[in-house]
Amino acid sequence: MMAFTIAGRELRSLFLSPLAWSILAVVQLILAYMFLTQLDLFVALQSRLLGMAGAPGATEIIVAPLLGNAAVVLLLVVPMLTMRLVSEERRAQTLSLLFSAPLSMSEIVLGKFFGVMAFLLIMVLMIVLMPLSLLFGGSIDLGMLLAGVLGLVLLLASFAALGLFMSTLTEQPTIAAVSSFGVLLLLWIIDWAGGNASGSGSAAQASELFAYLSLLRHFESLLKGVFDSGDVIYYLLFVALFLGLSIRRLDADRLQH
Amino acid sequence: MTSENILIQVDQLSRFFGPLRALGDISFEVKKGEVLGFLGPNGAGKSTTMQILSGNLAPSAGRVLIDGIDLLDQPKQAKALLGYLPDQPPLYRELTVDEYLRYCARLNRIPAAQRQSALDVAKQRCGLTEVGKRLIGNLSKGYRQRVGIAQAIIHSPAVVILDEPTVGLDPIQIREIRSLIAELRDEHSVILSTHILPEVQAICDRVQIINKGQLVLSDTIAGLQQRMRGESLWLTMRQPPEQAALEKIVGEGKVESLGDGHFRIHAEQLEQQAERVVNEAVANGWGLYEIRPERMNLEQIFVDITSSEHGVDEERAVS
Repeated sequence: MMAFTIAGRELRSLFLSPLAWSILAVVQLILAYMFLTQLDLFVALQSRLLGMAGAPGATEIIVAPLLGNAAVVLLLVVPMLTMRLVSEERRAQTLSLLFSAPLSMSEIVLGKFFGVMAFLLIMVLMIVLMPLSLLFGGSIDLGMLLAGVLGLVLLLASFAALGLFMSTLTEQPTIAAVSSFGVLLLLWIIDWAGGNASGSGSAAQASELFAYLSLLRHFESLLKGVFDSGDVIYYLLFVALFLGLSIRRLDADRLQH
Repeated sequence: MTSENILIQVDQLSRFFGPLRALGDISFEVKKGEVLGFLGPNGAGKSTTMQILSGNLAPSAGRVLIDGIDLLDQPKQAKALLGYLPDQPPLYRELTVDEYLRYCARLNRIPAAQRQSALDVAKQRCGLTEVGKRLIGNLSKGYRQRVGIAQAIIHSPAVVILDEPTVGLDPIQIREIRSLIAELRDEHSVILSTHILPEVQAICDRVQIINKGQLVLSDTIAGLQQRMRGESLWLTMRQPPEQAALEKIVGEGKVESLGDGHFRIHAEQLEQQAERVVNEAVANGWGLYEIRPERMNLEQIFVDITSSEHGVDEERAVS
């Protein structure tokens, strides 16, 4: 499939620039530090936890916060990876190579998306290696870890789809980065609205809607190990929406406007 | 219509950018093995036409058939028959020439088994064999242009569209690119846009001049030569005679004295006139040291056509 050809080129170009390497290094460093502090906390609490019935285990104390933190860090990082996807090609006028090749717009957009996703999956793999290293000294709840990782991957796919769309809108990579960061952050915190408007009425209804729209809410339940197909579908719809919009946007480049 | 010979058919193509009409009702055809030159001043609509033909831009009206396949209805099939070099070669600077061309080969759906040979052929034709391992970003402009052309011909498309392929190159590189284009005509139809006139004379079979989004001339090179036929003689003499003496020789023609021993003679049958003038000059010792037929060159025709069109427009606007 042609999309994989484009994805391969995308991934290759990422690794040919220092950007990908430095992002991998910085993210790994920061998350490793967070992982170690959580581990420290767990070791300190361990004796007290032993005496409690139904106490949280290593997975709750170490893995869930790690993945949660990873989501926040990557909220900052993904826009930097996606910003160049289309805008850079538009600026360097290399987009016409893709437009004049026998490719459909969806193949181009999917190719770009898969390219970034491949990079993000590599990053997730590196992050997951840390909790997996705990297996040397004890046991962790693999099901919960899996749910958390699935949540993280879906969340990153949403970040990437939105970032890709923002990149199709402009010629300036920095504008794409800033706007995708802005929108992602807004969607992250949108459930703050009416967070204290308890009770009934339209305010409460609105806050419920906002809470539902929030990217964070759906991630949190997966982090707790709760696999709700509604959450997964939410992310899949989110990705499909922004990939669809990107295809429309690129098509519009050719058309009358 | 002899459809087996016509590779590109363009019907009443128009394109607007907002209220601005970049192209209005352009129609033309390109036959197999033909090199068509697209000429025009800056902003005439050359690049817009090329972009539409290559599927980078959708026309506002009209249609484009590539080997009988509608570019708008079946873009994938039609684009498989096209190779396109935009005015800015679409190169990824961080890749090597080999990596880049291999990527292009895959984008154009060349089967894996033939990719290497397609790559080798394209590199050999464009003189890139030596630089395959080098980064595109480190190549000189001429080489980058060649990589751009290699990219356009790697899948040996029926039609190659080159948008100003020689801009910014030095004379030697220009000559190399021209001979490359001349080679291409054996297997491909080539559409070439340029604002360099001698280039068209050198490599094209047919010329189309476009101005303000309109085709103002469409002719073969031979037809163009015909238009350039001389209409006057230019003389320079050391001891010029009286103008009347010249007029006597020329007979019905007209003689213009331009001072300093320069004359211009307008007459029918210039060759015979020239012969007579030379004989007389030798017999009378006028010291004739320069005589040449004055030909209109392509440049003059070009200026003539584009500016007269301009004049017509203005007259229309006034009335």
